[in-house]
Amino acid sequence: MLTTGFHKAFESRIRLGIMSALAVNEALDFNSLKEYLDVTDGNLASHIKALEKEEFIGVEKSFVGRKPNTRYYITDTGKKAFSEHLAALEKLIQSQK
Amino acid sequence: MSAEQNYIRDIAEIRSMMERSSKFLSLSGWAGVMAGIYALVGAYIVHVFFRFRPQELAYDAQDVMQFNLAGVMTVAASVLVLSIGTAIFLSYQRAAKRRESLWNVTSKRLIITSAVPLVTGGILVFILMMHGLIGLLAPVTLVFYGLALYCASSFTFKEMRALGIIQILLGLLGATFVGFGVLLWAIGFGLLHIVYGIYIHMKHER
Repeated sequence: MLTTGFHKAFESRIRLGIMSALAVNEALDFNSLKEYLDVTDGNLASHIKALEKEEFIGVEKSFVGRKPNTRYYITDTGKKAFSEHLAALEKLIQSQK
Repeated sequence: MSAEQNYIRDIAEIRSMMERSSKFLSLSGWAGVMAGIYALVGAYIVHVFFRFRPQELAYDAQDVMQFNLAGVMTVAASVLVLSIGTAIFLSYQRAAKRRESLWNVTSKRLIITSAVPLVTGGILVFILMMHGLIGLLAPVTLVFYGLALYCASSFTFKEMRALGIIQILLGLLGATFVGFGVLLWAIGFGLLHIVYGIYIHMKHER
């Protein structure tokens, strides 16, 4: 059933959500992602780690005053994989009409 | 659920996530309606009680005294504060309902983007007043407010873009036909806000 372009990392809807949000934002911090996805800290962290491992998203750490601020962004690899996944989804739905 | 339905849901979620994370959609239509009402009341007070009816662009220092500028500015500031207060209050309620916070990435972006034209316009109004260019006050607020809406529309409902363009046109018209400045201001800040608010409410809030 799997056609080319589908990526295993995007089978989880939360990961797909993270990628969608990062695709249209320069960078987002952990709490913003959490708010959009409505998930627990641990759950989100594990999905972020998985996407990081694939090098689909990158992390930039900085400080806002004294508070550490971690922001995530989509990498070029991630962008490519995500758009391929989207194209594959569309193709599949088209072909089944 | 069939595989196909699953994929369609995936796409729907992707689209909704892209929109939610890039646009501030908790801006309530009712805030627009209320802002419009405040503006109409404000324009009425200024026009009828303060007799603020400039017919010319510029007045010399002596003639400027005939305008109750302190009163006019107080009314304008009250309209502004009430409108912003109402917008914050209603948006807060809507954001809570959508389980989002009011002060997030998208609302920050919306505010920062519109702040540049708004603050510029605000400062310019004071400069114009200093030079006695009373006839330009109402049109200039329309133009800069329209620019702010136009910029902000990328980060909220896209209908805001049309509202912005119409405000700019009304402002330009007001600068051309100075005698109609206050009337056009009432149309722009009053009537249009009400129409826009009702439209947003019907389209997005039911």
